[in-house]
Amino acid sequence: MKDSLGSVQSLLVLGGGSDIALATARKLAQDRTKRIILAGRPSERLDAGADLLRGLGAEVRVVNFDALEFGEHEKVLAPLFEEGDIDVVLLAFGVLGDQKTDERDPLAAAKVVQSNYVGAVTSSLVVAEALKKQGHGALVVLSSVAAERGRKDNFIYGSSKAGLDTFAQGLGDSLQGTGVHVMVVRPGFVDSKMTAGLPKAPMSTTPEAVAEGIVDGLRREADLVWVPAQLRYVFSGLRHLPRPAFRKVVDKQA
Amino acid sequence: MGTDRAGTRVPGTDLEVAAVPQPRREKLTGWGRTAPSVAEVVRPSTREQVAEAVAGAGARGIVARGLGRSYGDPAQNAGGRVLDLTGMNRILGVDLETGTVEVEPGVSLQQLMQAMLPFGYFVPVTPGTRYVTVGGAIGCDIHGKSHHADGSFAQHVLELDLLLADGSVRTLTPESDPGLFWATAGGMGLTGVIVRAKLKMMRVETSRILVETKRVADLDEAMERMTLTDADYRFSVASLDNLATGPSLGRGWVESGNFAGLEHLPAKLRETPLAFHPKPLAAMPDLFPSGLLNRRTIRLMNEANFRRAPKDAHPHLASIGGFFHPLDAIHDWNRVYGAAGFLQYQFVVPFEAAATLRRVVERVAVQGAPSFVTVLKRFGPASPGYLSFPTDGWTLTYDFPTGTPGLAGLLRWMDAQVLEAGGRLYLAKDSRMSPGDLAAMYPRLEDFRKVRAEVDPHGVFVSDQSRRLSL
Ligand SMILES: Cc1cc2nc3c(=O)[nH]c(=O)nc-3n(C[C@H](O)[C@H](O)[C@H](O)COP(=O)(O)OP(=O)(O)OC[C@H]3O[C@@H](n4cnc5c(N)ncnc54)[C@H](O)[C@@H]3O)c2cc1C
Ligand SMILES: NC(=O)c1ccc[n+]([C@@H]2O[C@H](COP(=O)([O-])OP(=O)(O)OC[C@H]3O[C@@H](n4cnc5c(N)ncnc54)[C@H](OP(=O)(O)O)[C@@H]3O)[C@@H](O)[C@H]2O)c1
Repeated sequence: MKDSLGSVQSLLVLGGGSDIALATARKLAQDRTKRIILAGRPSERLDAGADLLRGLGAEVRVVNFDALEFGEHEKVLAPLFEEGDIDVVLLAFGVLGDQKTDERDPLAAAKVVQSNYVGAVTSSLVVAEALKKQGHGALVVLSSVAAERGRKDNFIYGSSKAGLDTFAQGLGDSLQGTGVHVMVVRPGFVDSKMTAGLPKAPMSTTPEAVAEGIVDGLRREADLVWVPAQLRYVFSGLRHLPRPAFRKVVDKQA
Repeated sequence: MGTDRAGTRVPGTDLEVAAVPQPRREKLTGWGRTAPSVAEVVRPSTREQVAEAVAGAGARGIVARGLGRSYGDPAQNAGGRVLDLTGMNRILGVDLETGTVEVEPGVSLQQLMQAMLPFGYFVPVTPGTRYVTVGGAIGCDIHGKSHHADGSFAQHVLELDLLLADGSVRTLTPESDPGLFWATAGGMGLTGVIVRAKLKMMRVETSRILVETKRVADLDEAMERMTLTDADYRFSVASLDNLATGPSLGRGWVESGNFAGLEHLPAKLRETPLAFHPKPLAAMPDLFPSGLLNRRTIRLMNEANFRRAPKDAHPHLASIGGFFHPLDAIHDWNRVYGAAGFLQYQFVVPFEAAATLRRVVERVAVQGAPSFVTVLKRFGPASPGYLSFPTDGWTLTYDFPTGTPGLAGLLRWMDAQVLEAGGRLYLAKDSRMSPGDLAAMYPRLEDFRKVRAEVDPHGVFVSDQSRRLSL
C-alpha cells in the first residue's frame, strides 16, 4: 500500500531490463519498495538488475514476459496480482527501431508499432483490470516527447508512442473514481541502452533523472510528467508552430 | 457517506422491513486525508445486515468504520468492503444505579454525553474529539488526558458482542474470554465487528472542569510539573511550542484539571450544573491551499498561544467542549491543511527514556518542522490489549503537514529513536510506519495474530493499514 507520504511497497515492471525502469526500481527500493517483480524477455541484464535490487534489500522475482506475445498477456500478468497487492506498475518496454531501414522494411516498422503500441495496449488493459479490482495502485506509462509531433527522423517510433500516449490518457480518465492512477511520462532524449551510439539531442537527460521524475510524480499523483521538466514549456511552444517552421527547427537540430 | 435507507412496508401489515442497504463505491481516507482508496461502502442498520455484508465480502474482505477520525488508513479497505457503522447508533439501555450503558457500535461519544450528562454521567475516557464512535474507541483502545488516572477506554468496557468472520456473534467480557476481548480492544477492527457494547460511565457532579493552566519555560519545567502534580489531577496535558529552540526548547503550558464539584460553581451555574450545550459546529470550507500552515504561520500561532498562557496557575472553570475538544468547534478543521493532507505522529517512550524525548523535541525544533498541535502527556500502566498503545511513559504527539520538506527522513529517524528506547507508535495515528518496526514495537503482535487466526482463519477482516503493515 501507498503510505501518507507517498512511499510504495511493491512494484511490477514490464520491460524489466530497461535502464529507466531499473533506475526507478533502485530509487524505490532504497525507499520502502521491498517487493519487486521484473517482467521481461530473459537476459543477463534482467538478472543483473534483479541482483542489484536484491542487494538493496528487496525481494525480487523475475518473470518471462514478451510484449509481442499479446495472446499471453492475460495469462502471464493477471496471476501476479493474486500473490499480493501491486502498488505501482511501470510499463517501460519499447523499441526505437531504425527509422531509415524500417521505412524500407514495412514488417520491421510493424514490429516497432506492435511492441510500443499494440503490446502496450493489451498488457495495460490486463493491468488496469487487476488494479481496479485492488481499488488502488498506479500505472506508469513511458511515452516520449516523440509522441508530441511527427517528424521525419522518427515518425514510426513517434507515432507508436503517440498512440500509446493517447491510449494512456484516456485509460486514466476512464479509471477516475476507481482508486487507480495512470501517469504518462514523456522523457526527452535519455542517455540509455536504447539511444547508445546516437548523437545526443539538446536537453538530453539520464535514466536517473527520469526515475526522479517518476517517483516525484507518483507522490503528487500527477497525470503527466515531462523529463526534464522544462520540456513542457518547450513543447507548449513547438506544439503550435506551423509545419514549415517546425520542419526548420528539426532540420537545424539534425 | 450514506445509502438509501427507506424501508418497505410489508403488505397488509404495519411492519416495515429495513431496506437492504445498497453498497456504494466510495473513495475513503482517514482524518489526515492522505492515501485514499476505493471500497464498496455498506451502511447497515441491524446486526443481521452486518452479518450479511460480512458473508458477502469478496476476496478483498471487509473492515468496520466508525466516524473515520483515525488519521491514517485503518478504516478503509481498497477494493473490498467497508462497513459504515454510523447507522447503528441507538442507545439500547441505561442503568442509572450502576452507571452502565448498552449501545450499538455507531453511537458517538458526543451522543453519549448528550444523553447521560443530565443524569450525572460522563464518558469514561474522552479523546481530543467527541466525534468518535464507541466501536472506534474500542477498536483503537483510545486514551484521554486522564490516562494516568483512568487507563484506556476498553478498561471501562464490561461486555461486548463481536460478530465474527463466520457470521456468529460472541459475547465477550474481559473475564470470560480475555484472549479475544483484548485482541479486539485495540485490534483495529481485525478480529470482527463490534455490534454492541456495555460501558461503565464516569460519575460527575457538574459538567465543568476546574482547570489550572500554567506557562512553562522549557521542556524540563513541563515534565517536572506534570511529574509532581499528576497525582492531584485526573486530567493533565502539556502543549508545546514545537519550534522553540535553545533555552526555550519545549516551552509551552501545562493544563491540569478535575471535574468541578457543585461547590466550585458560581450560584448562577449551580442551577444547571450538568448543562452541556456545545456550540453548533462552524463549517470549514474546503478551499485552503496546501501549505497555509507552514513554519512561519505556526511560529506566529505558537508565540501567541504561549504568551496567552498565564505565568501562574489560577483555577478557572472550563466547559467540556472547551477543555477536551477545542478543535470540535470547527467542523472539518482538517481541511485547513489543503488537499495534500497531514499526518499525526504519536509515540510513547518509557519514563527512563526522557533523554530520547528531549532528543526528538530538539531535532524537530531545529529542523523547523511545523506542528499544528504538539502535546505531551504522562501515561499510566498499560491495559492488557495486545495492540493497545498506552503504556507507562511519556507520550508525545505531533501533527505535520505531509508537504513538510524532509518529513519522511525526520520521521524515520524518530522511529529509530522510539524503537531503541523501547517505545512504540500509535496505530490510530499511524499512516506510514514500517512493518518491521511495528513487529519490534509490539512484542505481543504474535499473540494477537494467533487469536486472530483462530477466529478469522481466512483473513476476512482486512484494512489498508493491515495490508500496509502485514498485521
Ligand atoms: C481531533 C482528534 C483528536 C484525537 N485525540 C485522540 C486522543 O486524545 N486519544 C486517542 O486515543 N485518540 C485520539 N484521536 C483518534 C481517535 O480517537 C481514534 O482514531 C478513534 O478510534 C476514532 O474513532 P472512529 O469512530 O472515528 O473510528 P474509525 O477511525 O472509523 O476506525 C478506527 C478503527 O476502529 C475500527 N472500528 C470502528 N468501528 C468498529 C466496530 N464497530 N467494530 C470493530 N472495529 C471497529 C476500525 O476498523 C478502525 O480500525 C483523535 C482524533 C482526532 C481527529
Ligand atoms: N532512451 C530514450 O531516449 C527514451 C526517451 C523517451 C522515452 N523512452 C522510453 O522509455 C522506455 C524505456 O527505455 P530505456 O531508455 O530504458 O531503454 P532500454 O534500456 O532499451 O529499455 C527498453 C526495454 O524494453 C524491452 N523490450 C523491448 N521489446 C520488448 C518486448 N517485445 N518484450 C519485452 N520487453 C521488451 C527491452 O528488453 P530487451 O533487453 O529484451 O531488449 C529493454 O529492456 C521505452 O518505452 C522507451 O521508448 C526512452
